[in-house]
Amino acid sequence: MRMPDAETLLSQLAERMRPQVRADTALIGIHTGGVWLAERLHRMLGLKQPLGTIDVSFYRDDYESRGLHARVKPSDIPFEVADADVILVDDVLFTGRTIRAAINELFDYGRPQRIRLAALVDRGGRELPIAAQFLGAEIKIADTEQIELQKSADGRLSLVVNPMPVQERN
Amino acid sequence: MAYNPQLNAHGELQHLLTIEGLPRDIIVRILDTAHSFLSVTEREIKKVPLLRGKAVFNLFFEPSTRTRTTFEIAAKRLSADVINLNVGASAQSKGETLLDTVANLSAMHADMFIVRHAQSGAAHLIARHVAPYIHVINAGDGRHAHPTQGLLDMFTIRHYKRDFTNLRVAIVGDVLHSRVARSQIHALTSLGVPEVRLIGPRTLLPTHVSELGVQVFNDMAKGLKDVDVVIMLRLQNERMNGALLPSAQEFFKYYGLTPEKLVGAKPDAIVMHPGPMNRGVEIESSVADGRQSVILPQVTFGIAVRMAVMSILAGNA
Amino acid sequence: MKIHIKNCRLVDPLSGTEKVQDIYLVAGKIAAVGRAPDGFHANRVIEANGLVVCPGLVDLSVRLREPGFEHKATLESEMAAAVAGGVTSLACPPDTDPPLDEPGLVEMLKHRARSLNQAHVYPLGALTLGLKGERITEMAELVDAGCVAFSQANMSLEDNQVMLRAMQYAATFGYSVWLSPNDGSLSRGGVAHDGQVATRLGLAPIPVVAETVALSTMLLLARETGARVHLCRLSSAEGVEMLRQAKALGMDVTCDVSINHVHLSEMDIGYFDSNYHLVPPLRSLRDRDALRRGVEDGTIDAICSDHTPVDEDAKQLPFGESEAGATGLELLLALTLKWAEESGIPLAKALAKVTTEPARILGVGAVAIAAGANADLCLFDPNLIWKLEPARLKSQGKNTPFAGHEIRGQVRYTLVAGHIVYEA
Repeated sequence: MRMPDAETLLSQLAERMRPQVRADTALIGIHTGGVWLAERLHRMLGLKQPLGTIDVSFYRDDYESRGLHARVKPSDIPFEVADADVILVDDVLFTGRTIRAAINELFDYGRPQRIRLAALVDRGGRELPIAAQFLGAEIKIADTEQIELQKSADGRLSLVVNPMPVQERN
Repeated sequence: MAYNPQLNAHGELQHLLTIEGLPRDIIVRILDTAHSFLSVTEREIKKVPLLRGKAVFNLFFEPSTRTRTTFEIAAKRLSADVINLNVGASAQSKGETLLDTVANLSAMHADMFIVRHAQSGAAHLIARHVAPYIHVINAGDGRHAHPTQGLLDMFTIRHYKRDFTNLRVAIVGDVLHSRVARSQIHALTSLGVPEVRLIGPRTLLPTHVSELGVQVFNDMAKGLKDVDVVIMLRLQNERMNGALLPSAQEFFKYYGLTPEKLVGAKPDAIVMHPGPMNRGVEIESSVADGRQSVILPQVTFGIAVRMAVMSILAGNA
Repeated sequence: MKIHIKNCRLVDPLSGTEKVQDIYLVAGKIAAVGRAPDGFHANRVIEANGLVVCPGLVDLSVRLREPGFEHKATLESEMAAAVAGGVTSLACPPDTDPPLDEPGLVEMLKHRARSLNQAHVYPLGALTLGLKGERITEMAELVDAGCVAFSQANMSLEDNQVMLRAMQYAATFGYSVWLSPNDGSLSRGGVAHDGQVATRLGLAPIPVVAETVALSTMLLLARETGARVHLCRLSSAEGVEMLRQAKALGMDVTCDVSINHVHLSEMDIGYFDSNYHLVPPLRSLRDRDALRRGVEDGTIDAICSDHTPVDEDAKQLPFGESEAGATGLELLLALTLKWAEESGIPLAKALAKVTTEPARILGVGAVAIAAGANADLCLFDPNLIWKLEPARLKSQGKNTPFAGHEIRGQVRYTLVAGHIVYEA
């Protein structure tokens, strides 16, 4: 199945977000694909608050079965979270567990005024009551497949479909 | 010996007993993970929920407030429940064997034991006898190993010096009795440090230590020439009793770190000490508190490194 | 009891004979070898096809743990272990509780051992009272009670004047003094050989000089006093060399090595396995190889098991706190055969190290397989391979460094004074 062009989706997503962001809105990208998107959106939307990045490894709910992920990047939130207007940015919205972990982690930094979610792709299959306020596109694929966001050497984003590794069901 | 008591059947870390025999990529992974935990320790809520519901038992057969406290802080920052046991006082004096004590505690649903003991090999013995789901961290056994200290020392060096492969590191003092020094030597050689130097009088250096891949110096000036990292070891008072040294004064004169002696090292050399320091015995205050000293950051790094070790272990089946 | 041992491969270290023969036993002695004596009718025939027959083994160091250490082992279990290992004569060190420094204790031990009708037990008397190294014992009384020599077991003799005088006193009566060369001050606090393994594992070291300094003192005092001295459990290459030179100078001195030190080294300690915690410590590979050469060229006269049963609680401790020692009666033969095969030593010469040579040192008369000799015999299958499972040992001590090893050579029958005391 052919994937839509990620760059086009990104532009569409930005235009959906533009009327809904404030001067003090802060973006936080979820590693790794969410960070790439958040960097681009931050520039495209001309946001003033510095960009935040979050790695949810320490808040995942599958630590018991999968252990600590091999490569954990540090989370970096260079602004005051208390009372902030935050938009989380992720590449592919699936079960919703990553977002749940990101929200938990964010609350350990402080109590935001509100949190919204922007995702490039929603592939369905939610296991928690989570929804994106800003969405690029809904895409249906098989249960045994996964969608990945890739970045080329010159920074161009694209979407690919790959078979899902056997042990990675969440 | 293909069998490695620290690794499980999948080659993952099951216990942390010693740095010797630890695959290099596991050492690097611990350092990388510790880096992430540093940012956790710097924000206001210093906790993450990784070890929530887990019981970590601090089993200290040899008393130590410092090390026990840093492990306790690290465990609590991972949201674990921490139980402190100073076993030296109670069970051992009643004649309960080491293994009986461990068996009783395992029955109380411990998930992790952090063990400090006066005898080399104690952590290995305990690891051999615990149930498969219990992880053991060696917090110091006799003169054998203190792996978390070795790891936090490597983290410190990496933080300030970046690249291990072109460093000269000197370890100064009572290497003979030091589990910290042994762990540091294994870590430095595993990480590819080309020159590891030991400096001390002959009475405080093990006879066969050069077989560990180090250079031995009895002259501190020669030993410190052009080094990038100086690690000072603690000298204990009882060394004077065993005819190993005449006095703390003479030791300080020839092997204590002073600004004059430090001059021979590189100008940007860092000074480290595992603590607690004996000011005026192994190190002069002006150096301990000076601009090249990274002794206090070592303590902060120690918490992050211990959080990393615990979370990697607890995540492995 | 008239026993006919049929078709066995007779190996007699004394004469160097190795031949397939029949042996005829009558009234506790070997009546004839080769041809039956006139009018011989066997009560029992042992079909010994494929089995080797040698004199019963003579083990110079076996801890029976009685009196005083019955939680580690008893006479019943250890005497059963001895004959299961083909050992028909054994010497036991005086480090019992109380130590064997009183005739009454020695008599009781001999009496208890005799009543079991198994191996001959030759107690070593304590050289000093309580083994404390201060006052000498009533050596003549102890010999009357049954002691064959005097020893300090593993307790070092700190006071050289006491050592000198003890040797002089023993020499007065022609008694032997058996000493383990270990300088207490140099080995103080140590638990492992001062080498690369102890350095890496952080184990308190015992340097080679702890052995050689003591050896030097013992050899000089032996020469000074003319006492008959036997040195127990060499462990170092330098120690072997000192013995070689002493013998070359014509000194009447003998020595032994433990079978553990013939095979093992510091490298075997691995991850602090306390089954390898021995006294003297296992030293380097170079030391082990020198010990093997020493046994081969006769510098080391005998091999013993140094059998030391230790209870599980005392071994399941951190290395430095664990009790030293290994069980070994049931392994002495097989491990001696292993050494012989690895070093290319002929069977008769190898078996001499655990039969005729220790018998000579013990002073109990030559052991031989010849008409008129005592019927103390060991019949073993030299080819049978078995796996060493500590739980199946007859000894109460399951502490062996060879656990799980495949061993070749197994005792099938042991005879003492013409009686079958063990049958596999």
